[in-house]
Amino acid sequence: MDSNLLIGATFCFLLSLGCTLPVLRSGRFRPGSANLVAMVGGFLLLSVSLSQRGHVEGSCPINSLFDVLVFMSWSIVLIYLLIGPPYHLSLMGAFTSPLVLLILGFAQLAPLDRAATARVLRDPWIELHVSLSLIAYGAFALAGIAGLMYLVQNRQLKHRKGGALLFSLPPITELGVANARLLWLGFGLLTVGFAAGFINGMPVNTLKFWTSAAIWGLYGGMLVLRRTHNLSPRRTAALSVAVFVLLLCTLPVIQHLSTPK
Amino acid sequence: MNILCAGINHHLATVDVREKFAVATHELTEALARIREIDCLAGAVIVSTCNRVEFYAASVCPIRAIEGLRSYLAERTGGTEAPLYMHDSPRSVRHLFRVVSGLDSMVIGETEILGQIKQAYAAATECGATNRHLNKLFQNAFHVAKQVRSETQITRGSTSVGSVAVDLAEKIFGGLAGRKVMLLGAGDTSERTARSLVSRGVRTVIVANRTFDRAARLADEIGGLAVHFEHWHTAFEEVDILICSTAAPHPIVTVEKIGPLLRHRDGRPLFIIDLAVPRDVEAAVNDLENVYLYDIDSIEQIVRQSLEVRKAEVVRCEQMIDRHVRSFVSWMRTHVEHFS
Repeated sequence: MDSNLLIGATFCFLLSLGCTLPVLRSGRFRPGSANLVAMVGGFLLLSVSLSQRGHVEGSCPINSLFDVLVFMSWSIVLIYLLIGPPYHLSLMGAFTSPLVLLILGFAQLAPLDRAATARVLRDPWIELHVSLSLIAYGAFALAGIAGLMYLVQNRQLKHRKGGALLFSLPPITELGVANARLLWLGFGLLTVGFAAGFINGMPVNTLKFWTSAAIWGLYGGMLVLRRTHNLSPRRTAALSVAVFVLLLCTLPVIQHLSTPK
Repeated sequence: MNILCAGINHHLATVDVREKFAVATHELTEALARIREIDCLAGAVIVSTCNRVEFYAASVCPIRAIEGLRSYLAERTGGTEAPLYMHDSPRSVRHLFRVVSGLDSMVIGETEILGQIKQAYAAATECGATNRHLNKLFQNAFHVAKQVRSETQITRGSTSVGSVAVDLAEKIFGGLAGRKVMLLGAGDTSERTARSLVSRGVRTVIVANRTFDRAARLADEIGGLAVHFEHWHTAFEEVDILICSTAAPHPIVTVEKIGPLLRHRDGRPLFIIDLAVPRDVEAAVNDLENVYLYDIDSIEQIVRQSLEVRKAEVVRCEQMIDRHVRSFVSWMRTHVEHFS
């Protein structure tokens, strides 16, 4: 993967954060401004980078933990760009860029194997399984971010202090709706991704299976409880943050267990 | 050419003095014609609002023009003694730029004044009462006002109970179209707040008051429904915003009373505005899930916060205005117009 492209993308996300935070602090945030442009720039650079890597590896570039982290960053930005404008959540970029920076930064700085790896077993179902699962993770990341924004806005409203952040963040009802819809989107993609994995019929490591099933079950359970009004929007928001952190922690384990020995 | 400004405003005179100087819309044409008869005066614009009456004029001989304006005002007000201000350029230019930007208003940063001055200028141009310098002055003033509003925080936040309530409601629900409001008690502030919410799209207003006739009258006025005070909780399930302002000596909305009612709301948020003193709503209600309670103190704190932010921005606005005043004055020097 061309490291210059990755550095360029990282710089774009840094710029997005740098542009937004001072404006946010001053209370003069206007949706759809500099942070969006920087996010689009970062997304394009990541896309080119992934495309080049795909040509070298001869498959979807998701064959190592390094690949997976870059692909996941790309998925997060993809979902952000898709859902941002319809929900008027451009400010979400200010919350999305730190997460993308964290993942990309870890991929580039941690001692990971960055060499291009050709997949031993080439199967379109496996590629579909992995890529859909990672795009689902992108949706869960955005759900976590919408959840975090919900919690911040809820705190602002409950504390009754007013302030720039209260009036810069989107309405709490819209954040709750965005959080729930992103969870449904992620859950749908993850379910299809898992189904694609099962179609292949490849033997699966037991630990990987149960870890993945637990994540699927946690998100599914949250959505059922939310749908039946047994889980409040605030608790759904808090859980979507917590489960995504758990998901990030299990990612290296799942990737390790998925690599053909 | 010199720009003159003569006037009276809320800083210097009470309303009983200001009203003597006020120029009603139907008097405007005649008043402009009279002012234009003043010796050495090339053009005039009259701004007459509830807080100020100001006469802007262009003249090559400011001393004679000011004397003329003084005698016109004395004649118009029957010789009323008033603390009038008289400025010539550049003070008059700075004054107009400050006024149009809302820096001289009773509520700093209010934007209504811009529309009022635009109307005054349009009326003067329709009467053919402006000249090149006044046209340039007012076009510059509108540009300054726009810049001040967009590049500083002078208009930030809300400065009344009603507008803070609307802003908070929008931060909870997004759009207010189709939302339902209940007034518990029919006080003046709660009525004004309800009207602000209705103007932003609230669909239904339910009024519950101890005196049913008052509730019915208010409901009729704002196109709502009246319910008997004892039965307010029966209509509560559908309500999104509850405004309380009863004279009850103890809280009437308690956790015990609304806790069970919230279970039937399917997680919809509830915004409670408690304007009553003593308070109508138990403070612990704010701890309930999806309930946001604001009492009069918390709303007034947000109003104060907005005003403080606006006051802190005045220095930046003044610097911006100074630059524009210098630029306008240098334009005047290079565009000398001889009065004939």
